[in-house]
Amino acid sequence: MPDSAPKREERLTQRGISRRQFLSFCGFMAAAMAVPATHKVRIAEALDAAPRLPVVWLGFNDCTADTESFLHASNPTVSSILLDLISLDYHETLMAASGLMATKSLQDTMTRYPGQYVAVIEGAIPAAANGAYCVVGGRSALSTVREVCGSAMATIAVGACAWDGGWSAAAPNPTGSLGVRGAVPGIKNLIVLPGCPMNVVNFTATLVYRLTYGAWPAVDSQGRPKFAYDEDIHDECPRHDHYEDGRFVLEWGDAGHRQGWCLYKMGCRGPKTKSNCSKVKWNDGVNWPIGAGHGCIGCASPNFWDQMTPFYTALPGGGDD
Amino acid sequence: MPDIYLPLVTNGGSGVPPPSQRLVVDPITRIEGHLRIEAQIQNGRVVDAWSSGTSFRGIELVLKGRDPRDAWVFAERICGVCTTVHAIASVRAVENALGITIPDNARIMRNLLEAVQFVQDHVIHFYHLHALDWVDIVSALSANPTTTSNLARSISTWPNSSPDYFAGVQNKLQVFVNSGQLGMFANAYWGHPAYKLPPEGNLLAVAHYLEALDWQRNIIQMHAVLGGKNPHPQTYLVGGMATPVDPNSQSAINPARITQLRNLAAQALDFVTRVYLPDLLLVASFYPEWTTLGGGVGNFLSYGDFPMSGNDPATYWMPRGVIFNRNISASPQALDQNQIREYVTRSWYTYSGGDGVGLHPYQGETAPKYTGPQPPYQYLDTDGKYSWLKAPRYNEAPMEVGPLARILVAYAAGQPRVRQLVDGTLAKLGVGQAALFSTLGRVAARGIETQWVAEQLAPWIDQLNTNMLSGNLTIHNKTRWDPASWPAEASGWGTTEAPRGALGHWVHVKNGKIENYQAIVATIWNGSPRDARGQRGAWEEALIGTPIADPAKPVEILRTVHSFDPCMACAVHVVDAHGAEVTRIQVVP
Repeated sequence: MPDSAPKREERLTQRGISRRQFLSFCGFMAAAMAVPATHKVRIAEALDAAPRLPVVWLGFNDCTADTESFLHASNPTVSSILLDLISLDYHETLMAASGLMATKSLQDTMTRYPGQYVAVIEGAIPAAANGAYCVVGGRSALSTVREVCGSAMATIAVGACAWDGGWSAAAPNPTGSLGVRGAVPGIKNLIVLPGCPMNVVNFTATLVYRLTYGAWPAVDSQGRPKFAYDEDIHDECPRHDHYEDGRFVLEWGDAGHRQGWCLYKMGCRGPKTKSNCSKVKWNDGVNWPIGAGHGCIGCASPNFWDQMTPFYTALPGGGDD
Repeated sequence: MPDIYLPLVTNGGSGVPPPSQRLVVDPITRIEGHLRIEAQIQNGRVVDAWSSGTSFRGIELVLKGRDPRDAWVFAERICGVCTTVHAIASVRAVENALGITIPDNARIMRNLLEAVQFVQDHVIHFYHLHALDWVDIVSALSANPTTTSNLARSISTWPNSSPDYFAGVQNKLQVFVNSGQLGMFANAYWGHPAYKLPPEGNLLAVAHYLEALDWQRNIIQMHAVLGGKNPHPQTYLVGGMATPVDPNSQSAINPARITQLRNLAAQALDFVTRVYLPDLLLVASFYPEWTTLGGGVGNFLSYGDFPMSGNDPATYWMPRGVIFNRNISASPQALDQNQIREYVTRSWYTYSGGDGVGLHPYQGETAPKYTGPQPPYQYLDTDGKYSWLKAPRYNEAPMEVGPLARILVAYAAGQPRVRQLVDGTLAKLGVGQAALFSTLGRVAARGIETQWVAEQLAPWIDQLNTNMLSGNLTIHNKTRWDPASWPAEASGWGTTEAPRGALGHWVHVKNGKIENYQAIVATIWNGSPRDARGQRGAWEEALIGTPIADPAKPVEILRTVHSFDPCMACAVHVVDAHGAEVTRIQVVP
């Protein structure tokens, strides 16, 4: 039996969220996820539901940039996510408890919500030396990730390292590092958000989609949400006209560089990289790498550390039309 | 609830060993990366401690053979909490090797990126990583909002201070707790007798914890302006920066971007002076005992940073220097990087010359060899090798790096603003200089440093603006961009002061490719295991004497470890000249 609007509004007010803020947020999420604006009401209802979705976030051989990206969430903000939308039951960077009590939090969630919690995985999982290259709480990452993802409702792999091992797996891959799919054979319901790091806009949109529709957004064969990863950066790049008309930066700091011309000849990987950076940009849309004057490094592409380097050698073929 | 400590009979010696317990805290949370602490507890105090980095990735192996102009992109991903710092150290190392001087605009932009990193990182550390060691969230629920308002207004003019405001925060927290899902606040140490703040202090801190989450997201937009994005700004270049400067272009640093930077810088400084520092002093005033605990090795090292001209260390705004034995009465000693050695005596690596040898990074070698217990394990072999961190030493001494080291070096060097801030803080807390050498001393130094650095944001933005308006638009020195212009072989050293401390990268370039790459990072100094002489690393030493009221809730250990702001991803690395294979580990059934 759905709650009446006044009751829901009272609950929101208790949480310190004004009605105007809430609907503004819902409108933003509807736009980000490319769903009809009429779905705003459904989103509003779904976000208000209790209990909050249990989430455990595990980091392995990572640099924690995906977590830092997460902290930049707005619409909804990270504090809104943490207090209102999900129950982040385990996250070593943020959680209060340490040691055995931290491990207990992880075990409690897996015991209380089998098949109902979401696992977020950050970082590569090293398989060499029987997993000794990443041990947490006396247990190898390889062992832990299999258990945690095995009984999760779904797993979201955030960032390049969790997708394909990231730079840990770049040649010569000294630690035998793997992404989540490689480390957990047969994993079910894996969503990946490539990027180095992931763009938090895509993470929050994925979460809100799930909370709204009770299903995950459509993904491609790699597990990447189509709403974020179906187009090349180049297709939507604001500098595309410069590319088409042959206006290229030739040296760092030249007149074309200052005018915002195409960075193709300086090594931009936009034409070969599927990601929505050119649309959503970064840090509340303030800027993005190409906008700041440096080409895309292809950080959302598979095995980009080996496939996209050397970064300053222009991609073959284009730019000479 | 499983046993978390077992009586451990110490080996060797005659007679009956004193009763003692081995306490394990793993994972240490609210840090970056993976850290395990094992501590020997006797009569309610830590009598010995071992710090173990439990993960390893291998950046130097990955960098071998690559284009040196790419190195900063890889190296930046050593850490995403201390993002930017490895990029800066990397480009500096390559520029040093190739003999490149960067243009003034690039110097300023790098200083700004780094300064913003300091400010954002330190504030996040205080509220989101350290605060829960001192602040009891549950106690905040019994605070009186009016009393909280009076407390807030007594320490600051910050406007979010009305009774209604605090009632709103308290209500939000109550609804959260009532839900029964405590999330990241579950299973913690609420109610532990070591928590000393009154409920109103706790509620004030919770409110600011939430405000700081919003603040950090906003001010880090300065990184997006200058570097395209955060985390991992992307506009570094060997030879300068890729961010154009042009007052007449929409695609460059222009007057609108300057204004944006100025507004964000003002927001940054305001929060630091009216929220962070007052909260720091308030918390510190309730924990006077912690000005006598956690002192550590008493030796401090800072590479210095923020060049005011080119990359000349003589022009560093934040001075370089070394202090031994807590001596801040004399000028700091000059730093000689030839005195740096790394030991693997108690670390999971082998040296061709054996475990007793200490190697300078230019002669560095790393062959990882895991000889610890097979996971899953209960205890490490702390009499043997026990960490993926090497043990760096300066002049054979263990050193502390980070805000306390930098502030002490600046203080000893007579830096006027630092003297003013330090003396003022000590006076407000009613303590003497000895209090600096403690857990709270580290906390205070971090706050002082944040204000000191934040005050430079506006002047340095002005420098960039002045250059722009005077027609100085150069951002990159291209004379050595083309590998054809490079010598056949070259070596270089690049340093920076990352928020957590001294960071150095060493690179050897041969035939246009990276032949060898090494990094000695702040947390390696601070989280170091023993060396060949058995000397503890900085926070191992700092833990000695820590009182433990309840081994099941070791908040006291967390207080001191967190005061160093550990970053373990930075600390584990592979430096390799030989590319040795990992020894195959026998699986024990």
